[in-house]
Parts: sequence; C-alpha cells; structure tokens
Amino acid sequence: MKDGVNGVALGVFIFFFLAVTVMGFLAARWRKAENEASLDEWGLGGRSFGTWVTWFLLGGDLYTAYTFVAVPAAIYSLGASGFFAVPYTILVYPLIFTFLPRLWSVSHKHGYVTTSDFVRGRFGSKGLSLAVAVTGILATMPYIALQLVGIQAVLDVMGVGGGENTNWFVKDLPLLIAFAVLAAYTYSSGLRAPALIAFVKDGLIYLVIAVAIIYIPIKLGGFDDIFASAQDKFTKAGAGGLAPAETGQWGYATLALGSALALFMYPHSITATLSSRSRDVIRRNTTILPLYSLMLGLLALLGFMAIAAGVKVDNGQLAIPQLFENMFPDWFAGVAFAAIGIGALVPAAIMSIAAANLFTRNIYKDFLKPDATPAQETKVSKLVSLLVKVGALAFVLTMDKTVAINFQLLGGIWILQTMPALVGGLFTRWFHRWALLAGWAVGMIYGTAAAYGVASPTQKHFGGSSKEIPGLGEIGYIGLTAFVLNVVVTVVLTFVLNAVKAPAGIDETSPGDYTADAGDPGVQEKLPPATAGAPGGH
Amino acid sequence: MPEEPEGKPPTVTPVRVVIALCLIAPFVAMLWVSSYAKVDPTFIGIPFFYWYQMLWVLISTALTMIAYKLWQRDQRARKGGASA
Repeated sequence: MKDGVNGVALGVFIFFFLAVTVMGFLAARWRKAENEASLDEWGLGGRSFGTWVTWFLLGGDLYTAYTFVAVPAAIYSLGASGFFAVPYTILVYPLIFTFLPRLWSVSHKHGYVTTSDFVRGRFGSKGLSLAVAVTGILATMPYIALQLVGIQAVLDVMGVGGGENTNWFVKDLPLLIAFAVLAAYTYSSGLRAPALIAFVKDGLIYLVIAVAIIYIPIKLGGFDDIFASAQDKFTKAGAGGLAPAETGQWGYATLALGSALALFMYPHSITATLSSRSRDVIRRNTTILPLYSLMLGLLALLGFMAIAAGVKVDNGQLAIPQLFENMFPDWFAGVAFAAIGIGALVPAAIMSIAAANLFTRNIYKDFLKPDATPAQETKVSKLVSLLVKVGALAFVLTMDKTVAINFQLLGGIWILQTMPALVGGLFTRWFHRWALLAGWAVGMIYGTAAAYGVASPTQKHFGGSSKEIPGLGEIGYIGLTAFVLNVVVTVVLTFVLNAVKAPAGIDETSPGDYTADAGDPGVQEKLPPATAGAPGGH
Repeated sequence: MPEEPEGKPPTVTPVRVVIALCLIAPFVAMLWVSSYAKVDPTFIGIPFFYWYQMLWVLISTALTMIAYKLWQRDQRARKGGASA
C-alpha cells in the first residue's frame, strides 16, 4: 500500500468532481418548465424523461457507489455467496415489467408522486399510507449514509482523509465539501441534477469496468490463475469457496429473490420510474437495463482479482479501490475513483429527493397542513432533502460504519414489508386495509427481531441477513421469511374483516386507470400545465 | 373467442401464456441454485457458477424483449379490435 496522497489520482478525481458540480447547477435550466414551483417539476423532473434518460437515471440510481464497493468486497471475503447480486438483478426486470407500468398509469392519472400517495388513494387509509411512508424514509436514510461510506473508501485509498490520529475536522473535510456541494445542487435543480450527472457517472463506470476486466486479468496471468489463487485463499481460510456449498443454496436463492422483490419498493426507484414520460418507456427500459446486471457481474469478478493481485485489507470495502490503485497508472486510478465518487452522488441525490417527497406528501400534507399549495409542498420538500442529507452525514461521522451497514440491512427487510399494500393494491382491491396494516406490522417486528438475533464473529447483533427459516430448517433471507408471514397474516385477516364487514375505505381509482397511457383521453388533461405540452426532444 | 359475444377478447390467450412463460423462466433458472452450483466446466478459466449466471443475464434480457414485443402486438390488436 502506498503511503501519502496520490497527487495525480486526486487531481483527476477533483477535475471530474468539479465538472459534475457545474453540471448539477446547470441542470436546473435543462428542459426548464414553466411552472417550477411544483413537486412534479422539482421532485419528478416534470415527468418528462424518455427512454435513455430514464435508463441512465435508473441505472445511476440502483447501481450505487456502495454496490460497486460492497459487491466485490463480499466476493473478496466470501467468494460465491457474494455473487447473489447477479441473479438478484436478473429477477428484478421481469418483476418490474409486470407491475411498474400499472403504478405509472395510476400515478399519472391521479397525480401521485409517491407510493404512499397511491396506497392512500387505493385503500382510503391514511394510516396505511403513513406506515408505507415511514418505512420508506427509514429504509432510505441508511442507504444515503452508505453512499458516504463509498466516498470515504475512495478518499481513504487516495490518501485523503488522513490516519486515525488526524484531527476529525481535517479528516472529514473532503467528505463535508462533497456533501455540501451535492446538497446545494439537489436543492436548486431537483431531480434534473442527478439525471444529468448520471450520464457522466455511467459513462465513467462502463469505461472503468471495460478497461479493468481486460487489463487486470492480462496483468494477473488470466482467469485460470485468478480463480486458482482465490480457491487457494478460501481453502486456507476454511471459509467461502468458488461455488456455494449445499447448505448455502437456500440462502443464496432467498437472498436473490427477496432483494429483487424489495428493490422497487424503495422510494428512490419509484421516483426515477415515475419521472419517465410514458408507460412504454418503463417496459422498454426493462429490456435495456440488464446491461447494468452484466456490468455488475463483471464488477463482482474484480473481487477475485483483488485476491489474486495480493490486495490485503482488513476492511473488505477497501479491496476494490486498493486494487485500482495497485494495478492502474495513477491517472486512470483517478478516473476509477471519480467513477465511484460520482456514483455515490447520483443515488444520494435521488434518495434524498424521494425521502423528501414522502415526507412532504404523506406526512406534511396529509397530517400537518392539508391545504398546502404546490409551491409550499416544493419548498418543504427542498428543505427536507437538505435535512435528510445532513442526517445521513451526521450518522456516518458520529457512528461506527457498521451501524450504517446494520441499518441498511434492516432497511431491506423493512421495505419489503410494504410490498403487499403496494403491489397487491396494483392488482386487486381484495385485501383489507387493516389486514395490510397488521401484516406490515408483523413483518416489521419479526424481521427486526430476527435480524437482531443474528450474531457474527465480529458482532453480537445484526451480524447478517440470513437465519433459519422456521419450520423449514434451511438458512434463508430474513426479509423473505418476514414477507411470507406478512402475506399470511394479511390474507387471513382479510377473510375475517371482510366476513365481519369492516369498513373497506373508499377507492378513488377505477380499473381503467391502471392501464391508461400518456395520450389516452383523460390522462394528458389531468397533468399540471407544465407537463401537458409535448415533452422536449432529446 | 367465439364465447365472447361482446367482441371482448378472452383474458387468457396463447400469446399471453407465452409472455408469462418468458417472464417466469428466469425465476425457475435462478432460484434452482443446485443446478448451477459447480465449478466445472469452466469457460476461459471462469468457473461454471459465474459464467452460467452471466449467460442468464443475456437469456433473460432476450426473454423480456420477446415478452415486450408480444405484449405490444397484443395491445395493438386489442385496441384495433376495439375501434373497429
């Protein structure tokens, strides 16, 4: 490991960082709308994005800096079981092909900005909508914090950030600057900023992966050697391997399935989806988004390369940045670090916007100020997006990194519990709102308690996300077990509540709303004036 | 279709069954972990476990694309039928 600051890499990193900062502020003028003071504009980019912008935005949103650091890190320390990210992202697309276009249609028709908006409209229940909103905000916060962890990993390897005994202010200054800049342009440009920056981010990421996957194996003597030395390491360590052992297969499958189900429950995924211009944009995107899965697979293999290259780090998160620093010439290492750093900014911006929208629409407007005007909504959302980021920053600076990771793990389990209300609601009104609320509560409690009880060699609680599935005896993903419990409770209680004729609440949607597309009668007129015109070309 | 006097096409049609199969296939393949949890045969040095799943990225993309095209045709046919 080199000591001191890597000047060339740092210079390249700063160059790219400045470039995206300028873009972030200029983004406010990109496809400028007539009616800026509406949440549709600031929080959903005017619902005007076409296929390519949506592709970059969703890709930039879902494949975060943390993903780039954590997936190869898992491979580096565990081997095969870390590869579940690939089947996970394979399964996401058939899923969203099925339900997201319906959500898009009904949201467009009724002006919904968040998933909780839909849940409230469908089930006529502010309580259920509040549960979905709070879950969304809770699950998103640690996710934003983890983006900071991604930036920190890069800064550490570049030699910025200092050692353990540096003054905390000097140590955290680069991170503070990065986040101040991010917060400022998100505030002024809204969703347009990450949408524009996503182009740079993904361009850099694809470039770095393409170079890494060809250049590094050549330097290391080919994949045969890489996997041989990985096998060697796992055998010596007595843990991990090149293929999952039989006992690990349930865990692998349930983790892939559970994560795939959870991904599009996250508010930031929905925000990026609703910003697209038509129903067709979403379906078309499910056929081109898998390009990212392919990239993720190649990226995961870098974990093995780090082993073969003799990278030795205690903190697995540093494995990939360190691999880049060791293998690439300084200037290209700078490009790679910039890719990871910017890769943190895009999702952090979208996540904070999504969390802010949830707060504004489903807590502020529903409970605190029902007569808020669109301009007031936008103002509150902008302020909350700042607060959310400051909260995430405080979280990372004051607490141990593992706390953020633990909460992120819990967040995945929690967010999955909103699926019956959301996806169930998209297809049927049969579920009873109180049953959904009870199912959600059971899933949340079971999931949290089960995760609390998982110990690992380094932690007494929250040591992992897998545990024995009750009644099955296999080890599986806690989130999925909690989800199954949730669904069972919901179904049983729905039978009971329907039998006793409990009030079902008013459904403000009609069946045709779920298949409506832009241009259909009744869809365009309902849009705010700013978006009713033809969206600009791109 | 002859059973529908109002000219409303049936909900389940052969095309839609094919669409459903295209969307379900990746789940069967990926969740059946024991079918691919092995090292051999390798491909340019990469163990089977890894290249097989990467291959499925491509297969599932192709399947989703087929589903998308079939769905578009299905929708067009229905809209055309409704306006006629």
